[in-house]
Amino acid sequence: MYQFLTGPLLWLSFLIFFIGLIVRVVWYVRGLSWQMDRVAYTKHVSHGIKGALRSIIFWLLPFGTRRWKTRPAMTILFFVFHIGIVITPIFLLAHNIILKERWGISWATLPGPVADTLTIAVIVSALFLVLRRIAFSEVRILTSAYDYLLLAITVAPFFTGFLASLKVAGYPFWLYAHIISGEIMLIAIPLTKLSHTVLFFMSRGQLGMDYGIKRGGMKGRGLAW
Amino acid sequence: MPEGLLCNKTPVDTMEQLQALLNDRRGVTYYEEMDQLDVDQKALATAIQNTCKSRLRTWLEICAHCGLCADACPYYLVNDKDPKQVPAHKIQSTLGEIVKRKGDVDNAFMQYVMDTAWSRCTCCNRCGMYCPFGIDMGIMFGYVRGLCFAQGFVPWELKIGSGMHRIFRAQMDVTQEDWIETCKWMEEEQEDDWPGLKIPIDVENADLLYTVNAREVKHYPEDLAEAAILFHIAGENWTVASEGWEATSLSMFAGDWAACKMQVETVYESFKRLKPKRMITTECGHMYRATVLEGPYWAGFESGQPPVECIHYVEWVGEALRTGKLKIDPARKIKEPVTYQDSCNYIRNGGLGDVAREIISYVAEDFREMSPCREHNFCCGGGGGLNGIGRYRPQRNKGLEIKRDQILATGAKIVVAPCHNCWDAIRDLEEVFHIDISWSFLKPLLLSMVEVPEHLKPEED
Ligand code: HEM
Ligand code: SF4
Ligand code: SF4
Ligand code: SF4
Repeated sequence: MYQFLTGPLLWLSFLIFFIGLIVRVVWYVRGLSWQMDRVAYTKHVSHGIKGALRSIIFWLLPFGTRRWKTRPAMTILFFVFHIGIVITPIFLLAHNIILKERWGISWATLPGPVADTLTIAVIVSALFLVLRRIAFSEVRILTSAYDYLLLAITVAPFFTGFLASLKVAGYPFWLYAHIISGEIMLIAIPLTKLSHTVLFFMSRGQLGMDYGIKRGGMKGRGLAW
Repeated sequence: MPEGLLCNKTPVDTMEQLQALLNDRRGVTYYEEMDQLDVDQKALATAIQNTCKSRLRTWLEICAHCGLCADACPYYLVNDKDPKQVPAHKIQSTLGEIVKRKGDVDNAFMQYVMDTAWSRCTCCNRCGMYCPFGIDMGIMFGYVRGLCFAQGFVPWELKIGSGMHRIFRAQMDVTQEDWIETCKWMEEEQEDDWPGLKIPIDVENADLLYTVNAREVKHYPEDLAEAAILFHIAGENWTVASEGWEATSLSMFAGDWAACKMQVETVYESFKRLKPKRMITTECGHMYRATVLEGPYWAGFESGQPPVECIHYVEWVGEALRTGKLKIDPARKIKEPVTYQDSCNYIRNGGLGDVAREIISYVAEDFREMSPCREHNFCCGGGGGLNGIGRYRPQRNKGLEIKRDQILATGAKIVVAPCHNCWDAIRDLEEVFHIDISWSFLKPLLLSMVEVPEHLKPEED
């Protein structure tokens, strides 16, 4: 069972994850049209790149944009949630040990307490994301079961992994649950709107190019995001 | 009755069609016919298939449903934070549904889409600045308007407006003769006060080719005279075109892309004919958006640039003040508190926020920024064609509240609004709410304080 879960199934998950995300990016770029989008993407490359980078970088900086400044609570929630999601699995000691055993490679790892804190932070911030979906009417109207499902898929590997790492009663169950939920997440990322993992950069980059090339980028100082 | 006589899927290309629509007062019959109009679901599905590509589909798909765009939208704010006014909801419940159902929608649904695309969104593009993914509902509603137009679900005034462009290449029924006559008339009017003043028509190789809004010609021709006087004082070598003189585009508000193309091509044709160094628009926001920013794409220019460098009126004013072509008498600067209406179309979407401030520093002593301002400013409340649509007057008037409160918070008495739509909206705002403000284009303000060189003054006898 363990062999299968961490062998073929893991491979399959990673395959779907990487190929899926590449397909997403390729499909996105191929679907752009200078005439239909009304942005001369390829004719003003330096303005385009500048606009795209500004659009991406300011939004990746906590409090880097007016939106992030005027909504501090949501900003903290968002960054804590995402930093936890992205950093923890990649730099987790346990994951690196497995990598080392399998392929002989590994990289920097997080100290145990830091990893634990990040994991708990993901779980707690997800809880708050659920609460705001229930509490705020402007979010409620947009929310459907699908949004909760995706939050569950995202948080499950963290929740189960945390319990497994505590070696609580029923350890094998939590370990299997962790591996399976992790694989579900990997598969879900390219197939659902979690594909924003790459499409965030595409979409932000595109709007940045739109402003950089057409909507004032050549005349003003660049949009104050 | 699938297709009405007035409300149908055929754009207005003839005087007869146009007259029939105009005769239908306030579009009463037009909207009655709309209730019977069939949706061509196949055509809608095909249009989606062919034109709703990765950018739009990605926006629809990856929306995190986070609600961060909600309070970016003026209509959400003024309507007591009605969740139905959340930009993401507005687009998901219209375009999102059309895509999901592959065009399988009915008449009532299309009327909801039309009402949403024109009365709950002015395509001001503000929400796109507040969405972490950069999902721009303004762009999407622009697209939706195109789908609606093709199906005949378009507000009566805009069906007429796009027809005007198709027939007159102007947003109103102003013919080439009317235009030239107005130029001559305005020139003659100035004979006594401004000896030697000309409104040069069709001069080749001029430094500036000036384009106007037909509204000026029809309703306030003095605007043209003021422009001429300022060019005269500044010593500009300028001209207007006898054909292609009008550069607005109600067809853009209507979503009539074919008419947009016809209109800008007529303007660009005049560039070819007259070979000016630069083109300058009058004080109009959407004209700049249509002819300078979007037009090159409608015309099929891969460079995305108009054939001749184009500037907005404020750019010229900034330049003229900076270089001393226009000199302001400091004693005549405005003393009362002044604020500036940042037009979405050339500030947010045109990057001209700085030059607007530069101008104000020359003309006003007590300038007060609205909050928020520059590219973050709220739409005047009448953009995207909304000002002119009778069916949505209550929604438009509600939307003005946000601008009213912004202006009141500054304490300003004068609102400088170098955009026709903004100017109209602020005039209506004063009419509805009586907050005791005045509003102005730049031209009359400049004329009230500019220093006139001795040699241009009429000789005393
Ligand atoms: C590094 C790349 C990523 C970026 C730039 C990014 C960006 C964003 C943005 C801008 C939002 C919308 C704002 C919000 O709701 O807080 C969002 C939401 C979300 N992201 Fe990501 N994301 C990334 C990776 C991921 C990954 C890898 C996952 C999980 C597998 C994920 C899961 C989520 C979820 C579940 C939400 C919705 C939160 C809610 O319910 O409000 N993201 N992301
Ligand atoms: S801010 Fe963007 S992602 Fe969030 S609900 Fe609005 S459109 Fe969707
Ligand atoms: S474009 Fe402007 S009016 Fe339209 S939904 Fe966005 S913020 Fe509201
Ligand atoms: S009228 Fe002025 S402020 Fe309003 S949408 Fe148009 S440009 Fe923007």
